[in-house]
Amino acid sequence: MASVIDTLIQGLLLGGLYALFATGLSLAFGVMRFVNIAHGDFIVLGAYVALAVLAVLPVPPLAAALVVVPVMAAAGYVVQRYMLNRTVSRDPLPALLVTFGLSVIVQNVLLEVFSGDTRRLDAGALATASIGLGDDLAIGVFPLLTLGIAVALILGLQLLFARTALGRALRATSDDREIVQLMGVNPKMIYGLAMALASATVGLAGVILGMTKAFDPLLGPPQLLYAFEAVIIGGLGSLWGTLAGGMILGVAQTVGFRVDPGWGVLFGHLAFLGVLLVRPTGLFPKTRDR
Amino acid sequence: MNLLTTQELTAFYGDFQALYGIDFAIDEGEVVAIIGANGAGKSTFLRSLTGLNRVARDAIRFDGEPIGGRAPHDIVKRGIALVPEGRRLFPSLSVEENLVLGANPGRPGPWSLQRVCELFPILAERRRSPGTALSGGQQQMVAIGRALMSNPKLLLCDELSLGLAPTVIKDIYAAMPAIVAAGTAVIVVEQDIGQALRVAHRVYCFQEGRVSLAGDADALTRDQIAEAYFGTSHPIAEEAGHGIRH
Amino acid sequence: MTNPHFSIQRSTRLSRFGLPAGLLLIVVLASFPFWGEADIMTTLVEFLYFLALAQMWNLLAGYGGLVSIGQQACIGLGAYALVVMASVVGLNPFAAVLLAGAVAGLVAWPSAKLLFRLQGPYFAIGSWVLAEVLRLVFANLPQLGGGSGTSITSAVMEIDPWWREALTFWTALLIGAGSVIAVYWLLRHKQGLALTAVRDSEAASESLGVSVRRIKLSVYIVAAIGTGIIGALIFLTKLRVSPEAAFSVEWSALMIFIVVIGGVGTIEGPVVGTLIYFVLRNFLADYGTWYLIVLGALAIGVILFFPKGLWGSLQQRFDLRLFPVQRRLKLESEPTNDPADKVNTPGQAFPI
Repeated sequence: MASVIDTLIQGLLLGGLYALFATGLSLAFGVMRFVNIAHGDFIVLGAYVALAVLAVLPVPPLAAALVVVPVMAAAGYVVQRYMLNRTVSRDPLPALLVTFGLSVIVQNVLLEVFSGDTRRLDAGALATASIGLGDDLAIGVFPLLTLGIAVALILGLQLLFARTALGRALRATSDDREIVQLMGVNPKMIYGLAMALASATVGLAGVILGMTKAFDPLLGPPQLLYAFEAVIIGGLGSLWGTLAGGMILGVAQTVGFRVDPGWGVLFGHLAFLGVLLVRPTGLFPKTRDR
Repeated sequence: MNLLTTQELTAFYGDFQALYGIDFAIDEGEVVAIIGANGAGKSTFLRSLTGLNRVARDAIRFDGEPIGGRAPHDIVKRGIALVPEGRRLFPSLSVEENLVLGANPGRPGPWSLQRVCELFPILAERRRSPGTALSGGQQQMVAIGRALMSNPKLLLCDELSLGLAPTVIKDIYAAMPAIVAAGTAVIVVEQDIGQALRVAHRVYCFQEGRVSLAGDADALTRDQIAEAYFGTSHPIAEEAGHGIRH
Repeated sequence: MTNPHFSIQRSTRLSRFGLPAGLLLIVVLASFPFWGEADIMTTLVEFLYFLALAQMWNLLAGYGGLVSIGQQACIGLGAYALVVMASVVGLNPFAAVLLAGAVAGLVAWPSAKLLFRLQGPYFAIGSWVLAEVLRLVFANLPQLGGGSGTSITSAVMEIDPWWREALTFWTALLIGAGSVIAVYWLLRHKQGLALTAVRDSEAASESLGVSVRRIKLSVYIVAAIGTGIIGALIFLTKLRVSPEAAFSVEWSALMIFIVVIGGVGTIEGPVVGTLIYFVLRNFLADYGTWYLIVLGALAIGVILFFPKGLWGSLQQRFDLRLFPVQRRLKLESEPTNDPADKVNTPGQAFPI
């Protein structure tokens, strides 16, 4: 019994990590209706930026986020404004292809600069600390912290969207890109800001990734798939749904892993395909159809 | 001096030419109506004035300055606001948020959230509802209010009466004098010819992308309008002419 | 306007020259094993199977409107079908290559039912997930070598070396040239017209009685079968199959870059793209992964500035068509300038 609960808890905590990965993807889709194939690679890029920062500044890894997040936000703004804005139209193909190209470029540039060796961001004591729950159960502190960060992030973003002028402009631009211009809003800039916001979360996710597991330049695509699956399972358009989706995915993967170490990721994929079969719109969808 | 003039304004949708050299003028304090059949180019004209359709630089002069080719978010800051055809409220925003967003250009002037709600009291009641949960007429009020919030010098109204019941249309147009009195000139595009003539000082008639008639609203005859509208002395023109009341 | 006499014109000046030249090229190539060098033959085989892969992806995306990042699923399935049929069952490897397509097609049918629930970019990623599922399934099958894979050398070594090289080459030629010809043939026929109509406007085609769903399914399965055969051939030349290599997303990356750079939705585009890929790879062979970076950057540049691809842009400017699939209405009474060709003439009012 204890191992069932333990599996469940591990899965939910893993879900927090996946929700963190998925938030930026969900945001970008929500505002701009496009999927960034390079999303996972940007997360890995964030981890490498943190690595570079830590090589110069002897601070605890989480503090590196203070540099990584603004750097990634700026990079995201530039990429959107000067590259991806050209692909905004009803046809999703160009954006998909450009981000696919970016994905390949980022992976290989990282390979050239950092080589294929696996790296880690040393989380020190945090990595192994755990809280005991009764006699048999222990919860890792860092996974719990990750979940907490994911929840706080989603909460913050919801508040941003609901209560601020920027959030209003983001929602309006997502609704009607043409008419929002009549309100003095420049959609190109809004898209840049949305991407900056998404990239900021990606930077944070990258730092957490680096502290959670060993990473190398080619680790991006699996993270994209997990993020994507979390978003789809949870339902498009809802950040809380993405959290739920991440948790379901996390639990599926953990269950699979317990059955056989080679089946962890596979169970996750099967859960995704299962949801697709039974509820194609996801569990808590909120997106309006254009 | 005219508030806004257009000179030889031509406009395209891709390869399709919608406007062929429109000359137009409106002064401060005026209400000018544009009438014409479907596809005549009326909406295209308004979209060109707001920058949603690209036109040549000198084709439009507003407040003495050429504004052709400028981006819409720039033009609205200069003082031209559009009430779009079909309302186009933002479904993700409440009524109040729609209105507040309209003030985003940040122009000074008499219109505020409070004053708009005085003009259309129902909006104060329903201000937390999602924009699209209101009836057609109420949505039209929100759309007008949203445009007014930017304190425009020139308000463009595209087919206000579309899909609305006659009493509702009357209520909406009843607000027009207050808008003009507060210092905004208005261009009204209308398919309801009677309503257009009642509210306007001057009238233009568009036909297949060209101006077929222009004059004072009270000086034009029923036959002149019917001919300009349809292009021929046609039995239907006769019948439509009966619908025009002066 | 008097009763117009008209004819439907299909070929262009270039194509009337190009098609016979192409056929001659195929005949010359077919004789290659008798006089050509082994090295060049290997490169040609590679060129041909990349060309075929590109044609398949182009068929899916450019003509079927289905952008997939998961075609490696069919490559892997074809490869493993080859393993099973040649090594386990003992079939002639070359026969197995052709049969491998059937395996891929059989798996494609139910997966289409699932994937078609997704649109656009979601379909793309969903197809990738499916490929990943297959990769993980095969990696966990110890009977087929598990994660480290298996080799088919034993089955292949039974065949005489000269015949092995020649048959490989001819199969590649059949697949490479065949894919180009097959796509061309398909598009010239009624199904092809329907396909182009669906690509241009699904709603309009649906209203004309074209079953959009059935056409997309057909395209998906045809592409799967083709890709499966190609996958089997690829790993026949590599002699070793592993899940990592067979189901690698890099196959999709190369397919996509080749077609996009050459020109999506044209038949000549993939040919141009494959040529550029090989030139780039050769030039940058000493620089490790740089050729991928350059390829990716080139693809992005093309998408942003030459959305029709390099061939597509040339085609538009100079109206070159080597494989004409369009149908032009030529009015007998008109001078050579067909009014139906004048598309982009601003200032001219079109009757609505």
